[in-house]
Amino acid sequence: MIVSDGCGAPAQGAVVPGEDTGDQVVVTGKVFAGDKPVGGAYVRLLNADGDFAGEVQASADGDFRFYAAPGAWTVRALHRSGNGEASVQAEGPGLHQVAIAVA
Amino acid sequence: MSREDVLVSTEWAEQNLETNGVVFAEVDEDTSAYDAGHIPAAVKIDWKNDLQDPVRRDFVDKAGFEKLLSDKGISNDDQVILYGGNNNWFAAYAYWYFKLYGHQNVKLLDGGRKKWELDGRTLSTDEVKRPATNYTAKEQDRSLRAFRDEVVEAINNKNLVDVRSPDEFSGKLLAPAHLPQESAQRAGHVPSALNVPWAKAANEDGTFKSDDELRELYSEVGLDTSKPTIAYCRIGERSSHTWFALHELLGLSDVKNYDGSWTEYGSLVGVPVETGTGA
Repeated sequence: MIVSDGCGAPAQGAVVPGEDTGDQVVVTGKVFAGDKPVGGAYVRLLNADGDFAGEVQASADGDFRFYAAPGAWTVRALHRSGNGEASVQAEGPGLHQVAIAVA
Repeated sequence: MSREDVLVSTEWAEQNLETNGVVFAEVDEDTSAYDAGHIPAAVKIDWKNDLQDPVRRDFVDKAGFEKLLSDKGISNDDQVILYGGNNNWFAAYAYWYFKLYGHQNVKLLDGGRKKWELDGRTLSTDEVKRPATNYTAKEQDRSLRAFRDEVVEAINNKNLVDVRSPDEFSGKLLAPAHLPQESAQRAGHVPSALNVPWAKAANEDGTFKSDDELRELYSEVGLDTSKPTIAYCRIGERSSHTWFALHELLGLSDVKNYDGSWTEYGSLVGVPVETGTGA
């Protein structure tokens, strides 16, 4: 076990098909503007009460990833071209994928 | 102290990029964002490599701070405008650190890098090199910094504000949700601590909430403003954000940041730890 001595969000990357997340509950996905991925959006993870749980900046390809607790989550993206959000149900360990459209 | 003494807007920043005596500095744990584009003329401060001691768990000493600022071309008379990613966490940490070492003329860019980007303002990849200075720092102002024994003594005596997310506070998570959940220490919080997540002090664009909103936020959880306050998080940067809100924006006189925070407290032998949602 390693205690991360930092607290900033790591670089965001795309999902590898078949990735084994171990015991981690991973909420991940892509931000789109129209039908194209858009990079650099600020993606916020909000719990069922709408309270903030985390934020990352999506990669140049629009990818983002959170390590959450099991539950119902909202992911909300802020981008200079617009904002958008989507819901995701993360029942347990594994990848829970969601797309967000900003407009 | 008023908000204008400690914060500048992105508009002000854009208008003062070339003002003499004003130095912009981006502070981040991961400086790849700076390298891909930064506010024009801003120098880079690497939270880990520039501000932390490479051996001991502490930040650089007075001589190290003097060398850092001298190398960055910051003089004692400069007004320093700090900003960064992660809603200014690391910039707020650096702000606290500038104050610790006696640099009074320092402000935060309200909203940080996020607001600047969401505004669609210009970023530059030009290398920024300022002529070296001969910076002199003061001795650390310990009235701003709490150590572990003081935190234990503060249980049920002072305000303890745990600014981590509710899941970290209750012990469900060991780290923020953007990080893998790996950790060796115990989960939970310091008994009697109030849980006011740092994010509640900020709007979604990263700017600080208004003074009235901040006052309401802390009074509704029962913060006793007649008592001293210690803020903590996991490693001391999110709590710098709350320290800034309480000490710099609301003007509470005795507020300390416990930079050892949960990674220290949660690993101590023999101290009380509480789990669950608290009182």
